[in-house]
Amino acid sequence: MQSNLLSLIIFAPLLGAAINWFVGRRLRRERFIGIVACASVGVSTIIAFYFAFKSDGALRTMQPVMDHLWTWIQVGAFRADFGLAMDRLSGIYALFVTFVGLLIHIFATGYMRGDDGYYRFFAYLNLFMFAMLTLVLADNFLLMFVGWEGVGLCSYLLIGYYLDRDEAAPAAKKAFIANRVGDWGFVLGIMLVFFFTSSLGKASISFFDKPAYGVASALNTIVAIPSVDPFSWHAIFAGGITSIAVLLFIGATGKSAQIPLFVWLPDAMAGPTPVSALIHAATMVTAGVYMVVRCSAIYTHAPTAMFIIAVIGAVTALFAATIGIAQNDIKKVLAYSTISQLGYMFLACGVGAFVAAIFHVMTHAFFKAQLFLGSGSVITGLHHEQDMRRMGGLRKYMPITWLTMCAGWLAICGVPIFAGFFSKDQILWKTWVAGQFSLPAGFGKVLWFIGAVTALLTAVYMTRLMVMTFGGSERFREHHVEPTVSLHHNEHETNESQIDNSRHSHEPHESPLSMTVPLVVLAVLSTIGGLVGVPYAISSLTGGHPENYFEKTLSPVVSAVPANETAERGGQNEPIWLSPKPEPVDGRPAVAQVGEAPNSATGVETASPQEISQERIFALISIAIALSGIGIGWFMFQAQPLRRMPSLLEHKYYVDEIYDAAIINPIHVASREGLWKIFDLGVIDGLIHSLGKTVVNFGRTFRYMQIGFARGYAAIILAGAIIIIGYFAYNGAHVLRFLMR
Amino acid sequence: MNHLLTILVLLPLIGAATTLIYSFTPGARESHHRWIALGFSTLSFLVSLLLIQSASGNIASFRLEENYSWITSIGARFHLGVDGISLWLVLLTTLLMPISILSSWTAITRRQLTYYILMLLLESAMIGVFISLDLLLFYLFFEASLIPMFFLIGIWGGERKIYAAVKFFIYTSVGSLLMLVGIIALYFIHQRATGIATFDYAILVDTLRSGALTISPRAEFWLFLAFAFAFCIKIPLWPLHTWLPDAHTEAPTAGSVILAGILLKMGTYGLLRFNFGLFPNAAKQFAPIMITLAVIGIIYGALVAMVQPDVKRLVAYSSVSHMGFVVLGLFSFTEEGMQGALYQMLTHGVSTGALFLIVGMIYERRHTRMISDFGGLARPMPWFSAFFVIASLSSIGLPFLNGFVGEFLIMMGAWTSTIVRHVWIVTMLAGTGMIWAAVYMLWMLQRVVFGTKTSEANAKLSDLNAREIGLLVPLLVLMFFMGIYPSTFLSRSRASIEAARQRISSPQSGGVNIALTERRGSLREQVHHR
Repeated sequence: MQSNLLSLIIFAPLLGAAINWFVGRRLRRERFIGIVACASVGVSTIIAFYFAFKSDGALRTMQPVMDHLWTWIQVGAFRADFGLAMDRLSGIYALFVTFVGLLIHIFATGYMRGDDGYYRFFAYLNLFMFAMLTLVLADNFLLMFVGWEGVGLCSYLLIGYYLDRDEAAPAAKKAFIANRVGDWGFVLGIMLVFFFTSSLGKASISFFDKPAYGVASALNTIVAIPSVDPFSWHAIFAGGITSIAVLLFIGATGKSAQIPLFVWLPDAMAGPTPVSALIHAATMVTAGVYMVVRCSAIYTHAPTAMFIIAVIGAVTALFAATIGIAQNDIKKVLAYSTISQLGYMFLACGVGAFVAAIFHVMTHAFFKAQLFLGSGSVITGLHHEQDMRRMGGLRKYMPITWLTMCAGWLAICGVPIFAGFFSKDQILWKTWVAGQFSLPAGFGKVLWFIGAVTALLTAVYMTRLMVMTFGGSERFREHHVEPTVSLHHNEHETNESQIDNSRHSHEPHESPLSMTVPLVVLAVLSTIGGLVGVPYAISSLTGGHPENYFEKTLSPVVSAVPANETAERGGQNEPIWLSPKPEPVDGRPAVAQVGEAPNSATGVETASPQEISQERIFALISIAIALSGIGIGWFMFQAQPLRRMPSLLEHKYYVDEIYDAAIINPIHVASREGLWKIFDLGVIDGLIHSLGKTVVNFGRTFRYMQIGFARGYAAIILAGAIIIIGYFAYNGAHVLRFLMR
Repeated sequence: MNHLLTILVLLPLIGAATTLIYSFTPGARESHHRWIALGFSTLSFLVSLLLIQSASGNIASFRLEENYSWITSIGARFHLGVDGISLWLVLLTTLLMPISILSSWTAITRRQLTYYILMLLLESAMIGVFISLDLLLFYLFFEASLIPMFFLIGIWGGERKIYAAVKFFIYTSVGSLLMLVGIIALYFIHQRATGIATFDYAILVDTLRSGALTISPRAEFWLFLAFAFAFCIKIPLWPLHTWLPDAHTEAPTAGSVILAGILLKMGTYGLLRFNFGLFPNAAKQFAPIMITLAVIGIIYGALVAMVQPDVKRLVAYSSVSHMGFVVLGLFSFTEEGMQGALYQMLTHGVSTGALFLIVGMIYERRHTRMISDFGGLARPMPWFSAFFVIASLSSIGLPFLNGFVGEFLIMMGAWTSTIVRHVWIVTMLAGTGMIWAAVYMLWMLQRVVFGTKTSEANAKLSDLNAREIGLLVPLLVLMFFMGIYPSTFLSRSRASIEAARQRISSPQSGGVNIALTERRGSLREQVHHR
């Protein structure tokens, strides 16, 4: 379906940004700026919901809503359109991006009150919504890349928003550069998609078929390839699908803060808290997951790449969780928690559970936005105090914030009914039962174990956060007496500058309505938002509605790994992205379901009874992990909230220091001393200068011939003439003949 | 309208003459010279806009040709013409000139008469370079552009202006003398083979293509080298680049804008037009070397830019990196790569021109260019900072700003290129240029624009005035337009680029226009008749 209204979703925030930048700058009236910013996102939200849920909308039919605006770049066979499309995947994404974005905009009108860059802040924030929605709704890789870099730019501008803070500008730069490293892979991946499809005779970088414009879908072309790449390290460098998949994933590691490019995200907390909530928790950082799921057709042909994703996701999840447990800055804890949760999402992608990954993206957007906004509320309540060591006992002063954050806390810990439980439980379960498509035998169990430990740690550090902030003694009046841990030694730390200017002359206070209302809405979503994706194994227990709405909506538009492909699903309503029949991989049977004979139909609705009971057992295990994590956290930190954590963890494994010493400084020194001073100024210019000197010296020598007597010159002229004539007499046009040869 | 190109070349000359005459009138004031210069350069720009109308279309041939006898005794002709390649470079020239003159408004206080006359002479020469279709005429303009620039650097430059000016002059004129040797050799070779004494590029290409003239591989090798040497110094291709940081840094702002914006493009234009058109086989032979040097230049320029303590020098080194992309694209011999290369020439002119203007503005206020002297400019100078950030982002290659389109196409072209083996390594290395650009630009922004202020002098700086904003806005609009809707440019250059590429891929076909064949015949008759 075509509709030109679709582009309003992205252009409304752009217009808002322009109005705030040009008009808001003059008016300087916060009310006007806030209304423009929220209204423009509100328009996007309404249109997004309209196109998603109307009778022939994106979520209710298999046909995406399309909007072709203009052809952006066309050279040779290469063509990139400025065209938008909302299918089921981008529809779900657009829904929560606009909605959560709207709530955060409303929150920010309160949070940023009195800041003299108010107009600038909302202009950037609206610009971000434009870029993010472009990323989501883009109908081809290159336009997605526009949004991809656009959100990076807005992130850069907003991290560096506080001009008077020394740590803001380096953090902003670091974020952009880390993202750029990833983008390098993304760009090359896009090119390789183009070359790969053109080698098949269907050159395209589009996600969708656009017959009206003569554009074929690159993903459909790849889906139609019957064989998958072999599982081998050589495939990565072969220039085929696996290479594409790995290059694109490099892009995802940058944007979604995975090992090894995660270092920018904790520093990004230097930006205002609504920015952390919107960009660095709910939306932008999940763009990598979105891209991988969007390209599921590519990944399901590249088992090696999926293996890499699963491992990096799992390791990042664990790694970040261990760091998160030892941080004292409330926003840093949440930042590492975000990295860890993103790791989960990639783990899900790596084991082929693309739907579960998106489900977790959505629930995470709810509860992490809630937690960040809650922390923002705490920070304003305490007059810009971020160190949890100087909080405590806030429950009494900020009841709404406390209550709503409890919902977020229980959700991220994975307590049943709350949103995070269902999504996290599904990821863990899918990891356990992951087939041998992308993982060596038994590897799924290892990854499941890592995921389970991470879940435990998550519950522990989140409980620590809640206990240190809201429970225990009221430490915010005390002066900071603890011997300064060497925590504040580097420029990246955010606390130092705030220690002095926060005198706590006022009592903590609850935040205004504009901030608490979004908190409540997000708390509600964190509580019940997971119910759209309750798996059959659990919903059937209650005897209620046994339909996993989320999975039912999304699974037709993502490719399944060959092992999960079912004959039955193939028969239904002809999904667009349908993968081909499973093919043997490296001679091994492609279909390898746990606890089942090969070739039998699987899938959520049709799982065997043993499987369902096993899934229920794992759900119980998840619950046990969550509760014991909360218990451990409570036990450890209730009495001793200031308990010292291992120094290695407090220092984040010294990753920043290692990067500085191993990569950044060597390049720097080599460039300055080696390339510039020695090679450029020394070697090249040295050569040139000595050449010049030689010429000058020649001239000096010949100067002695100019003795000033006319007969001397005459003699020289004669000699010269004889030489020249003689030369030509003997050689003729020798030079010319040489060239003619 | 038939004399549009002559008018374009002459307009700045007339402007220079008018300025000179005006200075002799009683009551002439020194501050009026700039108005005359601005008027004539703006007029040139408006006239050059007519080129789009008359030279548009999808045909590779030269348009608006003017062909007169010039030095009859040796067969040199006054032959002008534009195609889809030179069209945009002429427009870039005429656009940047009024902007440069406007940027000198308050910066140039000494010897204004000479300054503006030199600027106009320079404009005339640069336009001439891009539209000459006669090798001798091209050489004349190519050299003529050196002299005004030499004086611009040498008189109005910074501390080490004499060193920089002499280095610039000797470096580039050594190269162009070699080209002159090449031109003369080609002239004799052609005369010997066909009996026609001509420097006319179109005729030369035509004889080469038709097989009436074959240059021996060895001669082609040396001729290519002679031409390429001149152009590679101009570009500048690593390792011939060391004149550039000195010249750019010491030149007055307008001089840097013109150097980076236009003069460097004369090198890549020359490669594309003359080296590819006349010596296609040698071009293929040299491609691996040129690509290697280009990729080294991309990375090397960026790394050295990163560690510069001087903002202007940083931007200068970034040119080495960006121009490396252009060479890479040209020698990929693919449509994507060559289109991207032309586009990159234009975008580099716009964004680096803007960057030099911005650096000049801050230099005028603080009289320093050292990065360490700045910091926290965002508060006292919000407009300045906004322009600086956008121009930097354009240089970094952010999508929807102009830099991205060119670099992306060049990388695509490099990857599909069949001219060297393992092109993917080349592309991946060149792609890191994207990362490095972000590193040096953002690091510089961090220390200059963001952060807390480092000295009291910075806090009192005044923001841009209307004139300064006015001269940046056109470039800014162009950055966005070129990034969002490149079809305007790409569609008009496609046919010419494709013809140039055809010339390389099958030297016996492709090339310029078909109509020339008849013209060559008639010319031969003329010669015989004489």
